[in-house]
Amino acid sequence: MYSRNNLLFFVFSLLVIFLFLADLMWGSVAIPAKEIFSAFCGDRQNSVFTEIIINFRLPKAITAILAGASLSVAGLMMQTLFRNPLADPYILGVSSGASLGTALVVMASGFLPFSFAGNCWALIISAVIGAALVLLIVLFVSFRVNDIVSLLIVGIMFGTIAAALVSIIQNFSNPDAIKLFLMWTFGSLSAVTWNYLQILFPVVLAGIGMAFFLQKRLDGLLLGENYARGLGISITQTRSLIILATGLLAGGITAFTGPIAFVGVAVPHIARGIFRTSSHKILLPACILVGAALLMICDIITQIPDYTLPVNTISALFGAPVIIWIILRRK
Amino acid sequence: MSVLSTQHLTIGYRKKGTENVIQHDLNLRLESGKLVGLIGPNGSGKTTLLRTIAGLLKPIDGKILIDGKHLLLLSQHEKALNVSFVLTEKVDIANADVFDMVSFGRFPYNNWRGNLSEEDRKKVFQALQMVRMETMMHRLVSELSDGERQRVMIAKALAQDTPIILLDEPTAHLDVPNRVGIMLLLHKLAHTTGKIILLSTHELDLALQAADLIWLMSENEGIECGVPEDLVFSGSFNRVFASNSYFFNEANGNFSMNYPLNGKVSVSGNKTRLYWTLRALARAGYAAVEDAPLKIEVTDSAWILNQKKVFSVAELLDELNNLNIRFPF
Repeated sequence: MYSRNNLLFFVFSLLVIFLFLADLMWGSVAIPAKEIFSAFCGDRQNSVFTEIIINFRLPKAITAILAGASLSVAGLMMQTLFRNPLADPYILGVSSGASLGTALVVMASGFLPFSFAGNCWALIISAVIGAALVLLIVLFVSFRVNDIVSLLIVGIMFGTIAAALVSIIQNFSNPDAIKLFLMWTFGSLSAVTWNYLQILFPVVLAGIGMAFFLQKRLDGLLLGENYARGLGISITQTRSLIILATGLLAGGITAFTGPIAFVGVAVPHIARGIFRTSSHKILLPACILVGAALLMICDIITQIPDYTLPVNTISALFGAPVIIWIILRRK
Repeated sequence: MSVLSTQHLTIGYRKKGTENVIQHDLNLRLESGKLVGLIGPNGSGKTTLLRTIAGLLKPIDGKILIDGKHLLLLSQHEKALNVSFVLTEKVDIANADVFDMVSFGRFPYNNWRGNLSEEDRKKVFQALQMVRMETMMHRLVSELSDGERQRVMIAKALAQDTPIILLDEPTAHLDVPNRVGIMLLLHKLAHTTGKIILLSTHELDLALQAADLIWLMSENEGIECGVPEDLVFSGSFNRVFASNSYFFNEANGNFSMNYPLNGKVSVSGNKTRLYWTLRALARAGYAAVEDAPLKIEVTDSAWILNQKKVFSVAELLDELNNLNIRFPF
């Protein structure tokens, strides 16, 4: 069993490396692998290619890895926390919470005496707080509704409420701010520059680090709250830490890339199916690899020649069928 | 040697500021190596008491002591080292096999990553052996039958290696062979491992046979403790489960229905067959009395009623019916 998983980890690591290189090569301009190599080596023969790779495609590919890994880990933690196979940052309105936080910073800052919008930290902090707040509310609701599909509907309602609030804010904002916010909602991996990555990277690292720290307690939560308590797990503390970690991951990514749908729900199921385990010790790294690979595939597809599609639409194509499959299988 | 005791324990639920007391001032004491059956009508507080001892529910008042340690003051981790439990909720974990499930019992002992040490593995395997599931340790939990699943949950509690194991209705949803199997297993475990095993159940006859002690809970009178047979002799079961439609039958440790008995008959003969004949007669509305004009003799192979020989209970009941039509009583 362990050797099988080790082999799978090896294969997926290779796949992620391969996709990373492919993501650098393909785009509106095809760049040969040789040029990528020389760009990394600091060989400035073709400065246009070097510029594209270093300042555009490299941060985008890194963002794809971070976003895929973060959303998948956030989805895994939420599925365990809610004991609901459909839990995911996007579905349960966590991304909407992050949107609302972002909208407040981007648009409402027009009313404030000092400029806020250009400040990445303000953006990410408000998105994380928005995400964690929605998580808390959904968690509270989940104590009352046990049915997984009902919780789904509640999540969608929170998303709707957040969207309505965003619309209200838009009405009172100046056109420049609205444009800035609309660009953000389209969800783009390429919006993340090196400057943003300097902030995003530590946030994601902290969130994933916390997830690994919580792996044993996450396993325990699979048994349900009462049994977990019986094994010596402090439920309130564990829940708070999971919400904080999920907020950092989902909120942090959403703040910079906009909402990316369905990666969080689909990847944990794919990882469980491939690695055939329930142990978070294996599922966490598996979700990181599968999530990174999946989002890079989405990113490569969005760059079909002549058109650039929003990454959100492609990820929905992968993710939405997974949800339908889960609901059908539970009947 | 472990001792579980309660002092002036009041249990119940707190809801919106009001206290709903279910049992009050319980002073109980249990020593290790005993299987204890918690019995009582619905609503008498069996589950509440178990959940309170398990530490899942705060008592309204009083203390629970485990080897002199105040349970409420223990940390979550220390509680996990003292009490393990099997609840009625069904646990379903995708992809988890039997070994994984039982390994959860080692949680309080292993490191933050949850890695099993050699000793942990040994304990898990021993627990599996105790419930005779060691050959199925790589089966997925989702593929197990209800009885096997219950054994796995018991093994998980055993692997947790606590002096006290609590089980809430471990035989519910099981068929008869599995009920008997689980009860026998728990009886054996209490005696071989020297643990305190406290279980709640509705299976009165099984509990009377397997339990070393009975805690008989009633809604108003608290908990009566005793060896099953002493409680039978004192008439406690009939008091607790008082009803017009059934009574606790001291002859077989079961509840018997109170049929409306209109006819009288006197019956004699073979002992085993007599017992079942009396049951059939009671259902048909006949009370067995010493001297009745209507006499039935039970032989090794037949029944004799009014010099007429019949060879099955069905025929006997038919014959009685015919008599009634001719001589209505």
